[in-house]
Parts: sequence; C-alpha cells; structure tokens
Amino acid sequence: MASSELATAPNMKRSPTSPRTLFSSVMTVVTFACAALALIPLVAVLSYVLINGASSLRLDVFTQLPPAPGLKGGGFGNALVGTLLTVGIASVLSIPFGVMAAIFLAEFYRDTKLAETINFLTNVLSGVPSIVIGAFAYALVVLSTGTFSAVAGGFALAVLMLPTIVRTATEALESVPGDFRQAAIGLGATRFQTTLRIVLPAALPAIITGVILAIARAAGETAPILFTASTSRYWVRSIWEPTATMSRLVFDFATAPYERQQELAWAGSLVLVTLVLATSILSRWIVRKR
Amino acid sequence: MATSTSRTAMPTQRSNSSRLLDKGFVWVTGAFAIGVGLVLLAIAYRVGTDSLPAIQRFGLGFLATTRWSVNDEVFGALTQIYGTLVTSFIALLIAVPIGIGVALFLSEDYLPPRIKQPIVFLIELLAAIPSVVYGLWGIFVLIPLLRPFGIWLNANFGWIPIFSTAPAGPGIYAAGIILSIMILPIIAAISRDALVAVPTEIRQAAYGLGATRWETIFQIILPAAFSGIVGGIMLALGRAMGETMAVTMVIGNSNSIDLSILSQGSTVSSLLANQFAEAGGLQVSSLMYAALILFGLTLVVNVLAELIVRRFSLKL
Repeated sequence: MASSELATAPNMKRSPTSPRTLFSSVMTVVTFACAALALIPLVAVLSYVLINGASSLRLDVFTQLPPAPGLKGGGFGNALVGTLLTVGIASVLSIPFGVMAAIFLAEFYRDTKLAETINFLTNVLSGVPSIVIGAFAYALVVLSTGTFSAVAGGFALAVLMLPTIVRTATEALESVPGDFRQAAIGLGATRFQTTLRIVLPAALPAIITGVILAIARAAGETAPILFTASTSRYWVRSIWEPTATMSRLVFDFATAPYERQQELAWAGSLVLVTLVLATSILSRWIVRKR
Repeated sequence: MATSTSRTAMPTQRSNSSRLLDKGFVWVTGAFAIGVGLVLLAIAYRVGTDSLPAIQRFGLGFLATTRWSVNDEVFGALTQIYGTLVTSFIALLIAVPIGIGVALFLSEDYLPPRIKQPIVFLIELLAAIPSVVYGLWGIFVLIPLLRPFGIWLNANFGWIPIFSTAPAGPGIYAAGIILSIMILPIIAAISRDALVAVPTEIRQAAYGLGATRWETIFQIILPAAFSGIVGGIMLALGRAMGETMAVTMVIGNSNSIDLSILSQGSTVSSLLANQFAEAGGLQVSSLMYAALILFGLTLVVNVLAELIVRRFSLKL
C-alpha cells in the first residue's frame, strides 16, 4: 500500500510557472542585477581615470612643479615628494606605536577586560571621520607651532592609520600558534625574547600586509591634509612648512577652471588609484602565499 | 659528576637585569596600548575645549539656526547638519537594497568560487579608491550624466517639494548618489559575512521542508543574519556622515536650506573642508563646534554598530 501511495504521489518537480517558483526566479534575477549595478561604478571610475589620466601622464609630470594657472606643461613632482614625506612621517609615528600596542593586546593581556576595552576604542577610533581627525591635528599641531606643516599632516595621517595597524597586527599575532610560545618558553626564553625572536617574525608577513594597506589608504586621504599640511607650489625644503600632497593637488586642480590643471588632476588620480590597486593586489598575494 | 656541573652551571633563576627587561617590555607595550585607547579621548577633549567659546556664545541655538556669517561673527550649522543627514539618508536608500542584493548574490551558490572570489575582490576595491578620485569623477562624469535626469524630474514632478528646483549641476542628489557608491562595499561585505555565518543546517532544514530558495532566504537566512546586516548598515551610515572630499566636490557648497534634493547644499564635513584653512577667532571655534557635533553623531552610530556586530558575533 505504501508503494502505491508513492506511485500516485504528486510530481516531485516544481512547476516553473507556480507563483512560488516564479517569485524565486524573479528575485534571483534581481540579485544578479544588483551585482551588475554595483560593478558599474567601479568599471566607470577606473576606466575614466585610466583613459583621462594616461593621456597626460608623461615622465616629466613626475619631476616638474605645478604649472601656474592657464599655463601649459608642468607636473606634480613636489606633491609626490610631499606625499612620500607626510606618509613617511605618519608611518614612523604610527607603526611602532601600533605594533607595540598590538603586542600587549595579543601577547600579554589577551582576552582580558582591558584588552577588550582598548579593542573597542580602537574600532570606534577607526570610525571617526577623517575630517574630524584633521581638526584635532589642526588644534594640536598647527595651532601650537603656528604653521601648516608636513609634520601636522603626518600626525593627522598617523592617527588615521593607527587603528588599522593595531587591528591587523593584533590579528596577525593572535593567529601565531600557541605551540611556538610554549616551545620558546620551554627552552628558557623570557617573554621579551619569545615575542621578539619567535612570535613577531612568524606574524611579520601579515603585519606587513596591514601596514601596506594602511599606508595606501593614508596616501589617498585628503580631508585630514587640507588644513594640516595645506599645500605649496614649491619643492619641500623643511618638514616645518606647508607641503603639497598628491591628494590635495587632485582636489585643488579638479575644482580649478584651467584645462591643464584638470589634466594633471586626472593624472594624479591615476597615480593614486594605481597605488591602491597595486597594494591591494600585493597584500592579497602575501596573504595567499602564507 | 657531569650532572653536578650542569646543575651548578644552569641557574634556575633569571638574572635581575633580564627580569627587569622582561617586565619593562610588558610595561612599555602596555603604555602604548593604553595610549591607543586614549587617542579617542584626546580627540574628544581637544575638539571639545577648542569649541568652548562657540558653545558659550551660541549654545544649542547653533544647531537650530542657519545663518553662517564670518563678517558678523554669527554662526549656526543647521543647514550643514540637515545636509549631512539628507545626503546620508539618500545614500542608504540606494545602497542598502543593492548592497544586500550583492551580499546575497555572493553568499548563495549561484557562481563557482573561482568566479565569485574575483568579484568579492573587485567590490572590496571599490572601497579602497580614494575619496578625492570619486570627487573628480563626480564632477566630470556623474554630474553631467545626472543633470538631464534631474531636469526631467523637476519638469515632471516639480510639484513634489523634494524635486521643486531646477538642478544647477552640483547638488544634494549628486552627493547622495556618490555616497551610495562609496558605502555600498561596506554594506555588501559585512552583510555577506553575516549571511555566510548562518549555519548550513538551518538552510538544509528549510529546503528539506520544501521551501524554495527565496522562501528560505526571506524567512530563514535574512532573519538569522539580521543583526549583522544592521551592524553593517550602521557602519556605512557613520562613514557616509563623515565622508568629506567627494561630497565637498559635488554638493555645490551653498549655505541655504532647501527641501529640494536637486538644489545645492552643504554638509558639516564640507563646511569644515571649505573654511578651516582660512578661519580665525570665533570662526575656528565654531568650526570646532561643528566638528564636535559630527564627531558625536558618528560616535553614537559607530558605538551602536560595534555593539550590534559584537553581540551578533558572540551568538554564532
């Protein structure tokens, strides 16, 4: 009897025209459309930057000063140096700070109330708008030194980079297997030796990945630079005077009415986007190699 | 004899200097870690104290008045607060449905992982492009593209207050759309993580009961991943409210409130970007006050997001 019931059981296949399956199919199409829609701006931004940027990106734009309004030629050599300088200052300030903090959070105080609180504050810090960090750096550095400077810009970028470095370094250290530490301590190493000679080297590739991503992000940031490093039309002579940067140059020239300056804005964008693209791919490659 | 020498040769206690070094190392790293936590408090403190003169002068009226006059030293930031809220709202309105759609597309088994992985990477890349590049693209590509559409909206639906002005090019709508592009990857990535974290057994149970794919998604998967998705949306909202460069470049930076999203406007962040470098006296203090408001707004949103995401990740 059971078998005869099975034989007369309704068709196990869903009818493609029933409202339930129809709804399902329609929604599937909608999600595909969403994915396509999300990729359109990416393709559009990248292709415009590539086409407009490449046409004016010649070797001499990397070595010359920006052109005066209305003039032809020129480049953004000083801005490139300025970006390297501000990001360099930011790295010197934030990398040791962030990695030391991460060592404490991952190695010595892992899973404690204190570490949890600091992690929480770090995550909230990463959500603070970059323009507010700029205002903070303005109050702290620009007002007290009396001048816009590469140091002020570097300080603002350092605050911006700090949460990324702390978070990625903490994760990297935490993912080093506990056996490493036990083996080192079993051989008589102190915590200082274990951390510096065993754990840190093992976590280094992942830490470097985080640092690279933080640096790339900082190089493209404009808001915290606007009124800290400000800008300049000349080559960098000192870290204590206003300094041009790539991102600021793109902003200024994008809103300028002169054709040559707009061309340079596109070329500068291409440089920034290439930097971001290259570092993203590089960091993925490092992660995969591990 | 061999054992006795080794016993005396190997001290079982560390020397004082080595112990001191070890302790000192822990203390130094601890100081740095606490320093990281203090940065947030330092920002709040410094921006807060620098805005005190403006707080004393204008009080809460700063939040409710629109006049921003450098010459008369009268400052009110209602226009900018309104602009920040409206542009963020438009951005969420567009990015939330599309972002969740993308997240579903990438968490369901539509595509083999070999094709899916590069798409995940591309969408993450969208988040890495500098804001100023979006702004440049917005000025030269997006605004000319949107303008005819804005004119059409105004011509046909001008009786609706939000479309009541003719678009002049830059405007609130352009800022909202550019923000939606910028926050989409955040919503998509965090929602996808939340969807992927839903245990497969639940899905299989739903399929076993005869549910279709989308009945399973709407009634099982999305409710299970709800708090994670909300956390992602909150993070995106925080980012949208604080975003500066792209918005400054496409919003038009006018200092008047208009209900029409086709009109020009400004946000708190664009106000700071435009005026800080040349400001002095009470204006600096007022700008600091505006920065403090923006800091407070994003802080509330981010803390909520953090708590939601944290609760969600503990549960699973």
